[in-house]
Amino acid sequence: MKGVGPTTPAASQPPLLEKEGRSSRGAVRAEVLLWLAQRASAAVLGIAVLIHLATMSYAVRGGISAAEILARTRGSLGWLLFYGVFVLAVAVHVPIGLRTIAQEWAGWRGAGLDVIVVAIAFALLALGWRAVWAVCA
Amino acid sequence: MSASLLQVRVWRGGATGAFRSYEVPRRESQTVLDVVTYIQRRLEPGLAYRFACRVGMCGSCAMTVNGVARWTCRTHVAKAVVHDTLEIAPLANLPVIRDLVTDMREFFDKWARAKGRFVPTATRRDDFAVVCPDRPERRAADAAIECIGCGVCYASCDVVRWNPAYLGPAALNRAWTLVNDVRDGDHRTRLAAVAGDAGCHACHTQMGCTERCPKEIAPTASIAGLKRATARAAVKGEL
Amino acid sequence: MNRAWRARNHPAYWAFLVHRLSGLALAVFLPAHFLVLGQALRGEAGLEGALRWTDSPLVKVAEIAIVVLLAAHLTGGVRMLALEFLPWRDWQKSLAALAAGATVLFGLAFALALVGGG
Ligand code: FES
Repeated sequence: MKGVGPTTPAASQPPLLEKEGRSSRGAVRAEVLLWLAQRASAAVLGIAVLIHLATMSYAVRGGISAAEILARTRGSLGWLLFYGVFVLAVAVHVPIGLRTIAQEWAGWRGAGLDVIVVAIAFALLALGWRAVWAVCA
Repeated sequence: MSASLLQVRVWRGGATGAFRSYEVPRRESQTVLDVVTYIQRRLEPGLAYRFACRVGMCGSCAMTVNGVARWTCRTHVAKAVVHDTLEIAPLANLPVIRDLVTDMREFFDKWARAKGRFVPTATRRDDFAVVCPDRPERRAADAAIECIGCGVCYASCDVVRWNPAYLGPAALNRAWTLVNDVRDGDHRTRLAAVAGDAGCHACHTQMGCTERCPKEIAPTASIAGLKRATARAAVKGEL
Repeated sequence: MNRAWRARNHPAYWAFLVHRLSGLALAVFLPAHFLVLGQALRGEAGLEGALRWTDSPLVKVAEIAIVVLLAAHLTGGVRMLALEFLPWRDWQKSLAALAAGATVLFGLAFALALVGGG
């Protein structure tokens, strides 16, 4: 039975002897800060999602209607700030996660990926803040 | 013990090859290494595999047994057998040299890349360092120090598989013992070496290493310690 | 069980898979979510039009699914933060079970609220 055996064939391995071409110090520090940003945004999202889940479970009772939602949110500075921060944390958290998935599951690394990831971050920020403004302003 | 014969499928060849089947008499308290040795002595003299101590100290006998990486000299057949069948393959995530023997160079090169070497600060004229066994650093090092370098964790980690530059659980665990060694003189270089995408921050806490480590070390905990230490250093601009 | 999965069949690996797949699904869902809410820029009628789409039972099921995924990603994330930032030893398996339990609770609470009315 071929192919079910040793899971990684030698061909897909990196060159064996020292490839000391490790990324530069700045790049390493950037990776660590990305990791930290992922965890910090996660901490914010932990609280925000909890509130979001609770509000939603409350709001959907008896079905949702635009009138009901907007009556709660329109002109509320509190909700505007809450969802504004929520979206910001999302725009940090999601692209970093997608970047890791692209690297590990699609084998895609490098500057091209980073440009796309930053673009996704700004797109989420724009779309998200637009939605917050639409509902809360 | 059920049947008196074990059906054993053993990987033959290099990166490309195939499983070959053998029948091995079942014995009491038989280990997987006993089975491989029986095949090599009686049935297949050309079979390549590694072992040395046979008592779980040297770390040379690790193989993939029915899909799971194990130290074969301390794994009873009873523990790993499925329907009287054993499938024995070389460790995953390492290039196969022949049969059950893998090339461990990359694995150990990564220990060096992780600065897994003690950097002394004292000379022979200094007195012995006194490290209190209750110190938190000493306890952290103790929890991680018993590694025998068998490569089971490395073979059980999907991040190693997905990210070829990743240093892996064993090398990072080793670095963690040194980060907690109060006598060591080069923490800063080491922290820089184990940070980032090829280092501890690539770990997703899948815990294959911790689940499979035959010495019951928790490399995931060591890696988490490194994540915190390096993140602190990065924020302070010391990386 | 397939041999490749036998090695991975333990709580922490399942927790990882759930976290990654739920995260991926949420990332795909988010832009749609934002676009629907953005319809409120056209006034109440605009939002109402977008929301009526959610009356279909199929969308309701999908809604419950996405809430469960959100709850799973939340509890799994809290578990991960605990494992990365707290010193741990033996309680990590209970933590995974706790996260799974909390996810089911959230999912049930939301499903009841959605279907049960109020
Ligand atoms: S032969 Fe030495 S650890 Fe198994």
